[in-house]
Amino acid sequence: MNFLSRLLGRPPEGESAQVAKQRLQLVLAQDRLNISTETLNVLKDEMIEVISRHIEIDQANVQVSMTSTTQCTCLIASIPVIRARSPAPAESAKRARAPRQRSRA
Amino acid sequence: MAGRIITLTSGKGGVGKTTATANLGVALARCAQRVVCVDADIGLRNLDVVMGLENRIVYDLVDVVEGRARLRQALIKDKRLPELQLLPAAQTRDKSAVTEKQMIKLCEDLRKEFDFILIDSPAGIELGFRNSIAPADEVIIVVTPEVSAVRDADRVIGLIEASEKPAPRLIINRLRPAMVRRGEMLDTADILEVLAIELLGIVPEDETIITATNKGQPVALENRSPAGGAFMRIARRLMGEDVPFQTFEDSSGWLERLSHLFKR
Repeated sequence: MNFLSRLLGRPPEGESAQVAKQRLQLVLAQDRLNISTETLNVLKDEMIEVISRHIEIDQANVQVSMTSTTQCTCLIASIPVIRARSPAPAESAKRARAPRQRSRA
Repeated sequence: MAGRIITLTSGKGGVGKTTATANLGVALARCAQRVVCVDADIGLRNLDVVMGLENRIVYDLVDVVEGRARLRQALIKDKRLPELQLLPAAQTRDKSAVTEKQMIKLCEDLRKEFDFILIDSPAGIELGFRNSIAPADEVIIVVTPEVSAVRDADRVIGLIEASEKPAPRLIINRLRPAMVRRGEMLDTADILEVLAIELLGIVPEDETIITATNKGQPVALENRSPAGGAFMRIARRLMGEDVPFQTFEDSSGWLERLSHLFKR
């Protein structure tokens, strides 16, 4: 069938098993923690709020998700950084380096 | 020696719990074990028709629990296999007709007479499920390689672990090796990674299950079908034998293999 598809110039079918596995890992991580999508969204909004105090970020493209393996459950946040905000006077002494774009907790 | 009480459950319906119970019962009986299959799906009984014993029911599980019949009167002997018997569910009652305590008492009585007590749990995680799990020494989770079935299995595994039963083992049912090879179906490794439990067996998708069920003759009665062979292997594993897992490398048709050649 793949050979025929190629002959006819059709794109090969996507490997849906990988999609299934990734979706399962996300949904099971949420099920096991008993954390809802709404809670995850609230968490995301609060993270944006806290981080925005110090760093200017691309708020529209922040992604927060969960994944689960046999060893652990991970909360993954992808936060695109635009630039650091000018530091508050009190904190100017301990100015931090620009953080990495992807943080894992 | 006291028998082992094993419950087959899944969370999701339609993954093959009843078929697996019937075939494991047959397979164990063929290994000279005394087996009773207990249909715990009260109100929706089906194990009797899958085993082909529906015409011989006089009393059922609820009759025994409520004292209208003795256990021996309700048990149906399978004429094809002298070691195999069935305790049917009631069809006109519902799950609340039995309590966990009564199920435990019933299974303790069966334990004295049989080597294996296989309980076919209803789908879901409510009363019927809890009644089925309560007496179990061991639990087998039946899953198909689909997101919905795996998700429900995970939920059930969590509930069983919380109930302080030993860790359940997994039967992956209706696996389609050709689809797995194309990357279009979750494979055994994916499912085991996600669920993190021990594998007990893999049963390939097999059309003979349908024709066998039509006739009320479980596939494990004979050696010919792939699914029947898979259940025989699971039975031997349950008895403690170290049976390697099948890889299903050669089960694809020539067309499939040919297309694979061109894919490289």
